[in-house]
Amino acid sequence: MAAETSNPPEENESILTSAPRQAVRPFLRVLEGIGSCLRLLLEAARHIPTLPRQFGRFIEQCYLIGYTTLPIVAILSFFIGSVLALQSGYAAANIGPKQFIGLLVGLSMARELGPVMAAVLLAGRVGSAIAAELASMKVYQEIDALETMNIPPARMLVLPRLAAVLAMMPVLTIMSDLVGWFGGAIVAKYTHFISIEPASYFATMRQYMDFGDVLNGLVKAEIFGFAVVLVCCNIGLNTRGGPREIGASVTRAVVTSLILILVLDYFVTKALM
Amino acid sequence: MNPSASVTSPRQGSAAVGVSVEGLSKDFSGFPVLRGISLTVNPGEIFVLMGPSGSGKSVLLKHVVGLERPSAGRVLVDGHDAADPATRGRVRMALVFQAGALFNSMTVYDNLALYPREHRLGTEAAIRDKVMRSLQMLSLENAAGKVPAELSGGMRKRVAIARALVMEPQLMLYDEPTSELDPVMSATISEVIATLREQYHVTSIVVSHDRDLALGIADRVGILMGGRLVSLGPPADLRAPSDPRVADFLNPSIDLRNPRFRRLAG
Repeated sequence: MAAETSNPPEENESILTSAPRQAVRPFLRVLEGIGSCLRLLLEAARHIPTLPRQFGRFIEQCYLIGYTTLPIVAILSFFIGSVLALQSGYAAANIGPKQFIGLLVGLSMARELGPVMAAVLLAGRVGSAIAAELASMKVYQEIDALETMNIPPARMLVLPRLAAVLAMMPVLTIMSDLVGWFGGAIVAKYTHFISIEPASYFATMRQYMDFGDVLNGLVKAEIFGFAVVLVCCNIGLNTRGGPREIGASVTRAVVTSLILILVLDYFVTKALM
Repeated sequence: MNPSASVTSPRQGSAAVGVSVEGLSKDFSGFPVLRGISLTVNPGEIFVLMGPSGSGKSVLLKHVVGLERPSAGRVLVDGHDAADPATRGRVRMALVFQAGALFNSMTVYDNLALYPREHRLGTEAAIRDKVMRSLQMLSLENAAGKVPAELSGGMRKRVAIARALVMEPQLMLYDEPTSELDPVMSATISEVIATLREQYHVTSIVVSHDRDLALGIADRVGILMGGRLVSLGPPADLRAPSDPRVADFLNPSIDLRNPRFRRLAG
């Protein structure tokens, strides 16, 4: 009986001590994730001198990250540019300054939507594939096999991907900008309540935009793309458990990447202003 | 299979290495898996580690190759701490994983060529020569262009051994090399392990449940139970073990009147 009465205070104490622990756990996991990514980045950076002899892997990753993502980026950007022109034309119909539709689409695509959409598609298409491949290699002990062969996974699997995304993000972003601008121009010409000639549409764009606006978007795209690939590599390489965890890692990688893109977008935009 | 085929001459300065396990303990989330293991494996020896499933054999093997860090104690490979990643650069160790751990996106040839290519151990022609001789030794020449998904279980094991062989290791570790194989293939794998030691004086640690393998090729056999080393000696000791737990493990009787699962439940 005495033993029974002595138990409840201990339980209460454990509840009290565990409650704050539960509350801070998500923050600790975020910090752990950041630390783990930075460690992986440093490990990959240590092997930069080996990049020239990994040229084949670099090109392969450029193909996967750039070439295979390009069509979907183009399709999506075309419609984003079109919708931007349509919505701004609808809003401007009552006020009048339709000539600024070109500027609005141009700036929105170059500074914001081009890099963000390229990064979002990168996360969905390439990030998920990276996480799935590396998680599968981890679960099926291929990563362990590499380590026993004294081949650092950061050198062979992470570094070529990081280098490739740095090379390909500007290509994807410029393609996104251009296709978005042309999508807007087509809609601006053929929508009855807008009816702006492409020459006028692009003239305002040229008049009020400069290369700095495009560069701003390219810098953002590089940061987003690099972060997405690093996070997806890190999540894939830290997968534990069986085949079921591969799916969980892919989901985690995509969700984390999307959150990261939007959070980084605010801070990078503010920093570049 | 052609165990007598010459694969490649051991590299200059290559010599078998000894392994020393000193008071090794390992916990996973507070659950003890290894408890104070101490043993020594001599250079050039074939040491077979046996024990029931879940007794910690594979975990011990992962400590030797540096894939796990000890909770207490240490493992020394040729005098270097196995937990230090630099040790893998000093001592050539190869682990033949239970499931092969072949790179699924590569052909068998590329699986074998990866190590020499990454460490720049010769021209592509020299690497090709070395890889083909390794494949030849394990009768896998025709599998060079296949991907692992196209191979049978026995072939995957042999490819895993061939891949380890290309590394010209000083220490070979085998995790259940004969599991899931038919008796003839099991005997063949045992012969390959013994031949590799004879030809290259490589130190071998073999984790296995296979009593025939232990009796046939081991210099010494250790038996792990519940994370403790309960028996260590020559394979002849396996024929008449003094410990009743070891005797039951090595010669389990089938008693339909009083089955083991009921005894354990009781």
